Amino acid sequence: MNKLIKFLSAVLCVIATSTANAQPNLKLEVALPSLQVAEYHKPYVAIWLEDSKRQVTQIAVWYDVEMKNAKGEEWLADLRQWWRRAGRNLSLPIDGVTGASKGPGMHTVSTDLTDLLAKMPAGKYKIRIEAVREVGGRELVNIPLTLPLDTTKLPLSVEGRSELGLIRLSAKQ
Amino acid sequence: MLPIKLIKTAVLPLALILVTSQANAHRAWIKPSESVLSGEENYVTFDAAVSNTLFLPEHVAYPTKSIEATGPDGKKLELENAATGKYRSTFDLKLTQSGTYRISSASAGIRAMWRDDEGNRKMWPPRRGGTKGETFETAVPKNAKDLNVSFSSRRVETFVTLGELSKETLKPTNQGLELVPVTHPNDLYATETAEFIMLIDGSPAVDAEVEVNRGAMRYRNDPETINVKTDEKGKFTVTWPKAGMYFIEVSYQDDKAKAPATSRRGGYSGVFEVLPL
Repeated sequence: MNKLIKFLSAVLCVIATSTANAQPNLKLEVALPSLQVAEYHKPYVAIWLEDSKRQVTQIAVWYDVEMKNAKGEEWLADLRQWWRRAGRNLSLPIDGVTGASKGPGMHTVSTDLTDLLAKMPAGKYKIRIEAVREVGGRELVNIPLTLPLDTTKLPLSVEGRSELGLIRLSAKQ
Repeated sequence: MLPIKLIKTAVLPLALILVTSQANAHRAWIKPSESVLSGEENYVTFDAAVSNTLFLPEHVAYPTKSIEATGPDGKKLELENAATGKYRSTFDLKLTQSGTYRISSASAGIRAMWRDDEGNRKMWPPRRGGTKGETFETAVPKNAKDLNVSFSSRRVETFVTLGELSKETLKPTNQGLELVPVTHPNDLYATETAEFIMLIDGSPAVDAEVEVNRGAMRYRNDPETINVKTDEKGKFTVTWPKAGMYFIEVSYQDDKAKAPATSRRGGYSGVFEVLPL
C-alpha cells in the first residue's frame, strides 16, 4: 500500500511538472489606433496587473521619458486610475517597466508576463490598460483573468473604443 | 506695399503667437466668470491663459497688456485689478452701461523663414521678438535660400452683456480672421443652433477649420470635440449639445497674401457661454 502511494505520488508529480512545463510563453500586445486629428501626440499608456484587493503589479508605463529635467512626468497624473492605484507613490523611471511613448501600431509589451503571472498567488485578477493623449481623450480597459492561467482560454483580448485598439494576451508562436 | 506701422506694432504680440505655436497649437483663451448680467452696473472677472485643457490654466499666463475691452458705445474700458500669475492672468471689468462688451487681443504681422549659407534655419522676427528699428527689408537677406514669408493674424476674444443685447461691438474691423456673430454671442442656449460667419480681412473665410470644445474637459474622458468647416460664405453653425463654457477655435490659410508674403494665415479663438434652456 505504502509503495503504491509512493508510486502514485511520483506519477502525479511528473504529471504536475510536465503541465507546468507545457505553460506557453505569453505575449501581451497593445494596438494604438491611428487617429485623424489636427494635432496628434503619442499617448501616455500604463499597464498593470490588479488583484481582487486592488494590489498592483506594474507591467508597463509608456510616457515622454526623453524630456529634459524629467518634465514628461508632469502629465503622468493624467493616467488617472494608474496614478491613483500605483503611480503616485513611485519614483520613476523603473527598470523594465517605464519606456518611451509609442505611436500608432501594434506594440508588444517587453515585460515577461509568463514569469510575472507564474509568480502570482492563485486568484482573480485584471490586466488594466489606460491611455491618455494630450489634446485628446482618455480610455481605460480591462482583461479579467484567473490565475493560474487556463491556457486553453487564450488568447484573452479586449478592444478599446477611442484611445486604445485591440489588447491581446496570447501564447507566443 | 507692406503695412509698416502694423508690422512694427505687431512685433511684441507676434512673439506671443510664436510662443503659443511653438510645440503645438496650445489654446489661448480669455474666459469671463459669466457673460449674461443684469443690474444698473455689475462686475465680471476674467481669466486669461494659454493651455491645452479647457479651461484649466496649466501652461502659460496670457499677458493682459495686449487685451482691450470695448464698451457698448465703442469706447475703450480700463481693465481693473489686472495681475499675472504663473499660469493665468486675471482682471476685472466694471460694466456701467447696458449692452454688449468685447474683450479681445488681436495681433498681426509678417513672419519669414529661410536657411542661411550653412543650412541653418533662420526666422524673423526671432522667437524673442525683433530688434528695435529692424524691418523685414533690413533683417531678411535679399536672396535668402528657401525663403517662406507668411502674414499671420491672430485674435483671442470673448463677449459679455449687461442688460440688453447690443450689436455695435460685434462689428468686424476687417483685419485678420474675425468671427461675425449672426446669433448673438450672449444669447446661446443648449440644444439651440447658433450661426457665425468667419471673415479674413473683411471677405468670407471659406473652408476654415472650426473646432468647438466644451470646458471642464478634465472631468470627462472623451473631449467631445465638434469639428466643422465654414461654407462658401464663411458661415458655420453649431448646435450646442449641453450648457457650459465653450471654446471655438478657427484656423484659416490661403495664398492671397500681400508681397513679400506668399501665404496668409489667420487664427481665431473665442470663449462663449451656453446656458441651459
